[in-house]
Amino acid sequence: MELLVASGIGVLTAAGVYLLLRASTFPVMLGLTLISYAVNVFLFSMGRLAIGMPPLLREGGDLYADPLPQALVLTAIVISFAMTALVLALAVSLHAGSGSDHVDGPPPGGQP
Amino acid sequence: MSFISIVLLPLLCAALPWLASASQRRRAALFAAVAPALALALLLSYWPQARSGEVLLGGASWMPALGVNLSFMLDGLGFMFALLVLAIGLLVILYAHYYLGPEDDPRRFFSLLLVFMGSMLGVVLADNLLLLVLFWECTSLSSFLLIGFRQHRAESRRGARMALTVTGAGGVCLLAGALLVGRICGTYELSALLDQRELLQGHPAFPLVLALVLAAVFTKSAQFPFHFWLPHAMAAPTPVSAYLHSATLVKAGVFLLARLHPLLSGNDLWFYAVSGTGLLTLVFAAWVALFQHDLKGLLAYSTISHLGLITLLFGLDTPLAVVAGLFHIVNHATFKASLFMAAGIIDHETGTRDLRRINGLARHMPFTATLVAVAAAAMAGVPLLNGFLSKEMLLARAVSLDTGTLFDWAVPVFTTLAGAFAVAYSLRLFHDVFFNGDPVGLARDPHEPPRWMRVPVEVLVVLCVVVGLVPEAVVGPLLAAAAGGVLLGDVPQYGIHLWHGFNLPLALSAVALACGVALYVGLQRGYDLHRYRPGGLSGLRAFDGLTAAFARGATGTVAAVQNGSLQRYVAILVAITVLAAGIPALHARVEPGEAPLLPMSLPALAVWCALVAASIAVVVLHHRRLVALLATGAVGLLVSLVFLYFSAPDLALTQIAVEVVTVLLLVLALDHLPQHDRVERDRPRRWRDAGLAIAAGAGVSVLAWGALTRAPDSISEYFIRNSLPGGGGANVVNVIIVDFRGFDTLGEILVLAVAGLVLHALFDGVSLARAGRPASGWAADLHPLMLRLLAPFLLPFVLAIAVHLFIRGHNAPGGGFVAGLVASAGVLVLFMSHGRAEVSRALGALASAGASPGDTSLRLIAAGVLVAVATGIGAALIGYPFLTSAHGYLKLPVLGDIPLASAMGFDLGVLLVVCGATLLMLGVLWRLGETPAGPRPASIPEGR
Repeated sequence: MELLVASGIGVLTAAGVYLLLRASTFPVMLGLTLISYAVNVFLFSMGRLAIGMPPLLREGGDLYADPLPQALVLTAIVISFAMTALVLALAVSLHAGSGSDHVDGPPPGGQP
Repeated sequence: MSFISIVLLPLLCAALPWLASASQRRRAALFAAVAPALALALLLSYWPQARSGEVLLGGASWMPALGVNLSFMLDGLGFMFALLVLAIGLLVILYAHYYLGPEDDPRRFFSLLLVFMGSMLGVVLADNLLLLVLFWECTSLSSFLLIGFRQHRAESRRGARMALTVTGAGGVCLLAGALLVGRICGTYELSALLDQRELLQGHPAFPLVLALVLAAVFTKSAQFPFHFWLPHAMAAPTPVSAYLHSATLVKAGVFLLARLHPLLSGNDLWFYAVSGTGLLTLVFAAWVALFQHDLKGLLAYSTISHLGLITLLFGLDTPLAVVAGLFHIVNHATFKASLFMAAGIIDHETGTRDLRRINGLARHMPFTATLVAVAAAAMAGVPLLNGFLSKEMLLARAVSLDTGTLFDWAVPVFTTLAGAFAVAYSLRLFHDVFFNGDPVGLARDPHEPPRWMRVPVEVLVVLCVVVGLVPEAVVGPLLAAAAGGVLLGDVPQYGIHLWHGFNLPLALSAVALACGVALYVGLQRGYDLHRYRPGGLSGLRAFDGLTAAFARGATGTVAAVQNGSLQRYVAILVAITVLAAGIPALHARVEPGEAPLLPMSLPALAVWCALVAASIAVVVLHHRRLVALLATGAVGLLVSLVFLYFSAPDLALTQIAVEVVTVLLLVLALDHLPQHDRVERDRPRRWRDAGLAIAAGAGVSVLAWGALTRAPDSISEYFIRNSLPGGGGANVVNVIIVDFRGFDTLGEILVLAVAGLVLHALFDGVSLARAGRPASGWAADLHPLMLRLLAPFLLPFVLAIAVHLFIRGHNAPGGGFVAGLVASAGVLVLFMSHGRAEVSRALGALASAGASPGDTSLRLIAAGVLVAVATGIGAALIGYPFLTSAHGYLKLPVLGDIPLASAMGFDLGVLLVVCGATLLMLGVLWRLGETPAGPRPASIPEGR
């Protein structure tokens, strides 16, 4: 199971990095989203994997998944959402302002 | 008062001249003279100790762990140099008072001069080698400012820059050398270092140490091939040239030779490197000096030549040569400083320094002519003057060389040759200025300078004569003390006398004198020196070429790395990250740990396959943006399944909510962007990126695999144990967020709030459609009927779910973050179904009348932050730490027990901020695409 998670994180990272390196803003944003998934799962998995042991205290229970990485990741999810929104707005305004959605702006002298 | 005050006085009093106003020139000079006078008196009070060979140590520790201490040492050598620095410094201050023109601010000048003086005293009195390096750099910097004192002149700036570059480079070498010495010998204190010669010279790194130190010496003392900065430094005001470039600064190099002589000398490397460089510089600079048309240029090259002479003497490496070297340092300082000052007088009175124009001044300034005659004769090595004595000592050392190599012949021959050149240029200096026809086109009528301006010259010239006549009585003890400092007490028996009898050195002196006169007369008659045009290869050109090449190299490197493409920067960052993490991993043994693993299950495998497929789909289909976007959404939902499966229901909930909102945002954004990617033709780049991506993914996988197969070491036990008794909640994740780590969460919602505000600030009132772009398709579309009909009914349910999630959050999956996102998603659906205008109207009605939806969101954010902070402060008010939570249960008739914790107030703040920020972002993105009139006429009155 651990192998699945580790390789899953790797696939997400690889897909994210590839898209991050594209020239247009939209794939870059998709890439950032994928990378933030990968990072979140990675952080979460640092508490190790546990099945059927949610950290909700109950009578007689003594085995729980590690709640701390979960708490960290929960806020991280929301923050990365805010960052995505910010980048989105910047990308949209870049395109509107320059007529190009290339991350480097329109080529000097070339058509958009 | 400790002798350390000698160093500190000029530094501390550097601000004194500023007590005078710019026009109170005399007062500024007087204030400037206070520190050197006091320091000189203090120094002289230590003469008995210096004379007896006692070495005074003192100071304070500074960074003892690094071996850097503010430790000072006063021995004979330091005494002699400090005396030179202070005595000539006083004369220069007097001289400068008359020299400086109305456009020169005397306060700045004297202030800088005092800083330089203090730095120079620091160099000669430092005990700690690194402290010496520090002061050495200070002399470079202060001399930079002094050379460039007349900042408005391009030549001043250029000369200053060049001097700083060359001597600064030497300073870096010295630092490296000093660090090596300290590493090898285990201490930086010179007093402890100087008897460690065997240890240092037996070390394999000794040649490197020597090369680094000599690089510093040769740059500072303007030895070939680093000599070229000194003539350009003549752009400095003449008092600076007299002080720095004859008596002190350039002597710092040879001082270092003397200071480190016990440590570094006594081997072939030292002998050939130092004496060879000295000899070459001696001859070369003397020859070049002869052809200078600039009065100060001639003196500069002559200085270089004399510094070569001193270097040669230290290189010859016998006790008597060391004594001769020290003697010549004193002699050169006296006659060269006086000559520089005289040159300044001539410049001052005629307005030019061009030897081709200032001729026949003997009629106009006979007294100055006499002074220059004596000083120039001393420079030429004419008997009865001090220059003769040290030159005679050099010749005596030169003819007694016994190395069995060509050197035995080369040194006396070339020394005599240089002597002849010296006679010739001294003669030219005197003859060209005071005779040789009449002045050519002078701006003013030359006459004698003010009485007191001549005094410093007179003092120095008298010294030249007195030392020349009765050397042993005047400088004998001083020299003996200084030699004791260099030779560590083993001073040989010697006597400096005017008359040694007829011997070979005397004969060589006579030959030099005769040849020099003949050379000058011959050149003047046969060649006419005034017609000489300098040209060919010069150090200046080499320097300019080198700096230009450096600049080109730097520009090229920057252009190659920073070509303005963010795409490339990201690739470089990823590559460096992969390498930085990957290279150590290659050396380390990467192997899985031995913690028990979970068995693989079929559902998990299915989710994994779906995740991989969706990820690949995003990559492959990213040209078709809407499809790729949907695939990304699928990935997000699969990730929430992962969270759910591995016992993280809170994360799963949050992930789903975020996913919905993110996809909707992306759809909104995509509306304003091209629907398809341009086709990438750059196949190599795609392969490169794919390689980088796979490497990064593989690295992260290995890292995760390595961590997951090892037993965890978590601090979470504490949170699980204290969640219920301490936080009053069974949902540990939520309790951590709102209670244990509440302060972190406060920071996080602030980030969220700031992100929202940034968007608001950037785009409030900005409509992209206004920028000449037609209203985008979707914004103008009629909204789908079914959605339009259902959405209003959906919203109350969604909001009810949000409230439910919020209330139960402390004990079951839920909480402020999720609730906020769910509520926003409900509003978002309304946005999509009805258009912003209607929703804004509704929201505007909900909030206060007349508020725009942006304002509503801003108010939500503000309210959220205030509520969150207020709960924290509430705890603080009743004596608990900020954000401590209290809890209890509220009994309600229908709903039963509702767990209440003050942390819920905090969670409410979180909810409000999340809601406000999300709605703000939505609103901004939405509005970006609207035409100013809005999609429908009916929606114009939107409460603005």
